[in-house]
Amino acid sequence: MTKLAQWLCGLALLGTAWATLALDPLGLHLPLPCQQVLWPFPVYLLVAFGCYSLATIGYRLATFNDCEAAAKELQEQIREARADLSQRGLKF
Amino acid sequence: MAAASRNRARDKYSVLLPTYNERENLPLIVWLLVRSFQESGSNFEIIVIDDGSPDGTREVAEQLEKIYGSDKILLRPRAKKLGLGTAYIHGMQHASGNFIIIMDADLSHHPKFIPEFIRKQKEGNFDIVSGTRYKGNGGVYGWDLKRKIISRGANFVTQVLLRPGASDLTGSFRLYRKEVLQKLMEKCVSKGYVFQMEMIVRARQLGYTIGEVPISFVDRVYGESKLGGNEIVSFLKGLLTLFATT
Repeated sequence: MTKLAQWLCGLALLGTAWATLALDPLGLHLPLPCQQVLWPFPVYLLVAFGCYSLATIGYRLATFNDCEAAAKELQEQIREARADLSQRGLKF
Repeated sequence: MAAASRNRARDKYSVLLPTYNERENLPLIVWLLVRSFQESGSNFEIIVIDDGSPDGTREVAEQLEKIYGSDKILLRPRAKKLGLGTAYIHGMQHASGNFIIIMDADLSHHPKFIPEFIRKQKEGNFDIVSGTRYKGNGGVYGWDLKRKIISRGANFVTQVLLRPGASDLTGSFRLYRKEVLQKLMEKCVSKGYVFQMEMIVRARQLGYTIGEVPISFVDRVYGESKLGGNEIVSFLKGLLTLFATT
């Protein structure tokens, strides 16, 4: 199953569950507070996902390592390499 | 036990270096590679696949072949710029190692991580070891905030959509078992960044195991080649294609 197919199945499942509870085709008559929460539930989920995304990306951005030491080390090694290679006869 | 160490002694690592206009960097990357392999004691060869660079890369490669020996530096050039995927295929045809290492020739990937790749591969008997900039003490040098945002944002979208089981999908510093890379090259169809992503996704589909090693990525090119809108669009198109087809 492709990822797209998995997503569509998942959404279809959630969508059916939500529609069954919120639109009340079975005549279950859930208590009013439940119904009030259920109706905007998809929007709540979207907003929650949006917040999660921003928080995660923000956290990963903040903890993105800067490799200063690696850059310096590379500069050193470039000097060393050029010297050694010149000695071995490399014409740059 | 003895058989295992005899097998280990037979491991050979072929480094594929596709080059285009790397006259300045090629001697340096080769020097660093030779040093890393000599320090770790592993058997290796470096295959330079130059796509007819006009800046004299091939001449420098020939000098390196004289210095280090034609058993260690293999020149397998091509007439013109033909792309990364075909460079890997071309390189593998000449590789005598049982492991293939792919990396960039512009010094953004440092050979000092190769012994760690090798160690990781043996530790978990992995089919693929992928260098990651996003985990552990992996990281980047030379990126401004905008570039980092794009990078983390794109990676986040990729993780949500593809759930690939690897933290860095667009990275191109990896160790593959030779037969695994051959199998994957047959199956992959994308280009550019997406090609590297597709390799990992297909590898997971085929049940190959992937280990990760944090690496530092020193980007000295970013200042000249900014990440433009075009590249972002083609990345998203590629990502959505992978989403819909794998």
